Amino acid sequence: MKKLSARRRHPLAAIVVLLFALAATGGLYAAFAPAGQAKAEQSNLSLDIEEGKKLFAVGCSSCHGTGGQGTSDGPSLVGVGAASVDFQVGTGRMPMQAPGAQAPKKPKVYNEEETRQLAAFVASLGAGPEIPKPEQYSIKGLTGEEIAAGGDLFRQNCAQCHNFTGEGGALTKGKYAPNLADVDPKHIYEVMETGSQAMPSFPEGIMPEKEKRQIIAYLDQVNTSKTENPGGYGLGGFGPVSEGLFAWTIVLALLIGITVWVAARNAKARKS
Amino acid sequence: MSSEHGSEKNVSDDDKSLPEKQDTAAGGELEKNPFADPGLPHHEPRIQDIDERAAKRSERVVALFFTISMLATVAFIVSFVVFPIDKIFYLWPLGHISALNFSLGLSLGVALFAIGVGAVHWSRTLMDGTEIVQERHPIDSTPDEKAAALATFSKGAEDSGLGRRKLIRNTMFGALALVPLSGVVLLRDLGPLPEDKLRHTMWRKGLKLINMNTGQPLRPEDISVGSLSFAKPEGLEEGSHDFHREIAKAALMLVRLEPGDIKDKQELDWSHEGIVAYSKICTHVGCPVSLYEQQTHHVLCPCHQSTFDLSDGARVIFGPAGHPLPQLAITVNDEGELVARGDFAEPVGPSFWERG
Amino acid sequence: MSKTNASGRSKAPGGERIADWADGRLGIYKGAKKNLRKVFPDHWSFLLGEIALYSFIIIILTGVYLTMFFKPSMAEVHYHGSYVPMQGVIMSEAYASTLDISFDVRGGLLMRQIHHWAALIFLVAMFVHMMRVFFTGAFRKPRELNWLFGFLLLVLGMFTGFTGYSLPDDLLSGTGVRFMEGAILAVPLVGTYLAMFLYGGEFPGTDIIPRFFTFHVLLLPGIMLGLVVAHLILVFYHKHTQYPGAGRTNNNVVGFPLMPVYMAKAGGFFFLVFGLIAIISATFTINAVWVLGPYRPDLVSTNAQPDWYMGFSEGLIRVMPGWEWVIPTGHTLNFGVLVPLMIFPLVLASIAVYPFFEAWVTKDKREHHLLDRPRNAPTRTAFGAAWISWYFVMLVGGGNDLWAIHFDLSINAITWFVRIGFFVVPVLVFIVTRRICLGLQRRDREKVLHGRETGIIKRLPHGEFVEVHEPLSREQLHYLTQHDQPKPAELPAAVDENGVERKVGRLEKLRVKISQGYFGPSGQIEKPTAEEYKAIQSGHGHH
Repeated sequence: MKKLSARRRHPLAAIVVLLFALAATGGLYAAFAPAGQAKAEQSNLSLDIEEGKKLFAVGCSSCHGTGGQGTSDGPSLVGVGAASVDFQVGTGRMPMQAPGAQAPKKPKVYNEEETRQLAAFVASLGAGPEIPKPEQYSIKGLTGEEIAAGGDLFRQNCAQCHNFTGEGGALTKGKYAPNLADVDPKHIYEVMETGSQAMPSFPEGIMPEKEKRQIIAYLDQVNTSKTENPGGYGLGGFGPVSEGLFAWTIVLALLIGITVWVAARNAKARKS
Repeated sequence: MSSEHGSEKNVSDDDKSLPEKQDTAAGGELEKNPFADPGLPHHEPRIQDIDERAAKRSERVVALFFTISMLATVAFIVSFVVFPIDKIFYLWPLGHISALNFSLGLSLGVALFAIGVGAVHWSRTLMDGTEIVQERHPIDSTPDEKAAALATFSKGAEDSGLGRRKLIRNTMFGALALVPLSGVVLLRDLGPLPEDKLRHTMWRKGLKLINMNTGQPLRPEDISVGSLSFAKPEGLEEGSHDFHREIAKAALMLVRLEPGDIKDKQELDWSHEGIVAYSKICTHVGCPVSLYEQQTHHVLCPCHQSTFDLSDGARVIFGPAGHPLPQLAITVNDEGELVARGDFAEPVGPSFWERG
Repeated sequence: MSKTNASGRSKAPGGERIADWADGRLGIYKGAKKNLRKVFPDHWSFLLGEIALYSFIIIILTGVYLTMFFKPSMAEVHYHGSYVPMQGVIMSEAYASTLDISFDVRGGLLMRQIHHWAALIFLVAMFVHMMRVFFTGAFRKPRELNWLFGFLLLVLGMFTGFTGYSLPDDLLSGTGVRFMEGAILAVPLVGTYLAMFLYGGEFPGTDIIPRFFTFHVLLLPGIMLGLVVAHLILVFYHKHTQYPGAGRTNNNVVGFPLMPVYMAKAGGFFFLVFGLIAIISATFTINAVWVLGPYRPDLVSTNAQPDWYMGFSEGLIRVMPGWEWVIPTGHTLNFGVLVPLMIFPLVLASIAVYPFFEAWVTKDKREHHLLDRPRNAPTRTAFGAAWISWYFVMLVGGGNDLWAIHFDLSINAITWFVRIGFFVVPVLVFIVTRRICLGLQRRDREKVLHGRETGIIKRLPHGEFVEVHEPLSREQLHYLTQHDQPKPAELPAAVDENGVERKVGRLEKLRVKISQGYFGPSGQIEKPTAEEYKAIQSGHGHH
């Protein structure tokens, strides 16, 4: 609790408040906006699908097939939904650069607009999870107990692959669960909803939206660049292996350095 | 020098090995054998031994370190009083760390380290730098001592009559051998007997599968292909006194496969619309296996990397586990909720001697 | 002081009178006379054991402090301390009190971190100290018993560490406690009973943490304290070994006196070690239990490893194939766990019994106080290096998932590497180390006979270029030739002087064979003799 209230003085707090004000204004505007808006969105969507189809044909169809039905090189995208595309393309995992055990996170190939268009096209192939709205993954206003519940959920559903605080870990045959430090909450939400590559999904029936928010809030506490490490440098958070390595290398070297100094003879006076 | 050595009983040995004397002693042999021990090299004085100003300088350095230590202890007490326990500050490259832990540890460390530096510098620069030599004496006793000890022993042994009075000897050995048994017997109540405890779990026919996350009964439509969920038996609540013991055996992992992908016939029989329920407890040494790779249907144990194929009866395909994960047969009840069709058909978790 | 001095009869200063008082009851002057000037040789490697001793003391000091706050109870509570991401979580009192020590006791976190870092360093120091003793042959008569005491300390230290880091009842250490249950269950015949007795019923029960607490703070450290005292008494009694050199013989000890030089050095070194560990604990987190979460038997995290000293057993258990058989009596033999469980003590025992093995091979009954240079005992050195490589191959296996993720490797490939390496690496290391030692012996021989290469090239009158070799000093000559070169054992003649066939036991034949390996022409390079040296030196004179 204390820590949350301390957050209010955080330099980013002002920005968060500002964003909320903007969102509220936007919401109000939407509520009172002319009815024609919905129609405009409709035509925007079909335009997006058209554009997305073109992008897809160039960038994705060689593996996923021209209709997204999948080939031997890539799975079918029918029914994966917009959320999956937003995650895969938005984190740069897709398009894949080279075949390998796993598609790693890398700089994005498509900009935001193109990602939206691709997502719209894939969503049109079959119903699937939609891109979540900010209030779905916002961690604003969660109490300490809710964050802690997120910790319990994280250990129940995620820690087995991603480590206690999301540093990641190895899977079979070169696959791995990546580090979750500073990953966009939207992407965490999407990947829980849809799964990705080896990762299974945790859809609404298994893990409701509120629980996903709690998990995101827990990660925000324990694995970001601003996470508190009261005890000092965390050695990567990998536990006993990095601690043992540190003791065997740096500490032992320092101690041996000291023993050499303690046991050494003092400099002899120069013979004159 | 000699006054210091005055009390040493091997002072004459020391004198013999003083460099000046040694050279002459070994000189003759060195002619014959070029590899002979030339004796300790001449002692060369340090700067501090011949230059009083250098010695004074060393003294000041030692005193400086002792003073630093005193200041650091003051800093320790001040930190203890000044910093609130939850104060966090950023220090490159360590990150956001506790001000109290950092300041206490650093001041304590400096206070101790400075005493060490002072003491060692003192001994290295100002205490006598001449190596001294002591004789060693053989560890083993002289034949006289040995004979005397043995004689005393046999006299005592004879006096006790241990060799002659066999009745005393035998009953004594018997008594001494039996008495520790009381201690062993006392250990009996450390725990209950195994009986068939490891063979049963809480699961029985009709018990609902409760979603670990939500606490609600799981329904087939909640579980999509590629998803992963965990379940406990209905009626088992976290915080209840038997929660740990029961969940250690009853924890379930559920995934849905395309029925066509299921290679094992029994697995298909025990599944519901492709939903399979497996024990989450590894058959190797009992870690909860749950690193489910949804593309390959493999599940990996993070502790020792046993890998099971969930589409083939949870067969072990890699690692140290000796047998497949037990499967729980499931179905749905009238309300459309997933329920168990009974207990596991075999013991869950690590194998044991009586497992069979 | 002055009050009792009123009679004026005693003019002795206060300190002396206190000593007199003690002497009348303890006879301290006799001991002081004998020991105050006791000589200790100076070498950095002799301080490795002191690191272990001092970290042991630090562990006891901080450990006593921690017991003031720690509650060894598995009763479940809802956490309501200062750490936000655990608010309201159900956990055992053991875990909750560990969080309190870390977040609500001022200096508690520092004490926890010093305690844990000192424990890691204690084990590292014991290991390195043991290797120093091994490679220099300091374990030879009369120190075999002290070697065993030290070895027992290492083993007990491992288990004290294991029971200690399991106490917070967190999700990482609890996984180790679960592993232990699985391992005990794998013991044939009695395993199930042992597990039930140790855990007070089915896993996890509510007894294991309190029982571990007793082992950790009372039983194991009590035995260790006794062994440490015995170890130190024997070091004093035997007098310290020393490295060879001019003036240093098997019958003397050259160095500095306990009072004052070693009191200042060793005493100061305690503060240096303590200070360094405190500074490390101020700046580096160890075992951040607060992010691990409370233990629950149905939860786990990846990267589940024990502290380093248990790592080699973790490696063994990870790479063992899953062999499990039901024998005809209907009982299960779980070799996947049982075999590592048996190799674990074998690995440790193989280094522990080496001194007795070597003594059996050499039949050497002499006392040894002068250390060997590792190169002069090539077979022993090679054995030690092979053992270390064996140990470290398994240690790597224990962290296979981390190596996989950090070096972009497949976990399966690493496991296979360790499986093969377990058999191959020690053999390779043995061969290579032995060759290196022999090479170094050859170089020593060259140096003795022909002097040190100066790097100066001289042109002789007839045009030949030669490198100037500088003759060695007498000290260096002695140093490079002082070592013993035992002769290999020989089988006695097949028939004795009366023509009766001599019976040689199979064991004796084996001993002779091993002895040939140790000391035969393939096992050591003959050191130069004085005659060789003189011949070459006079030859140089004629040049």
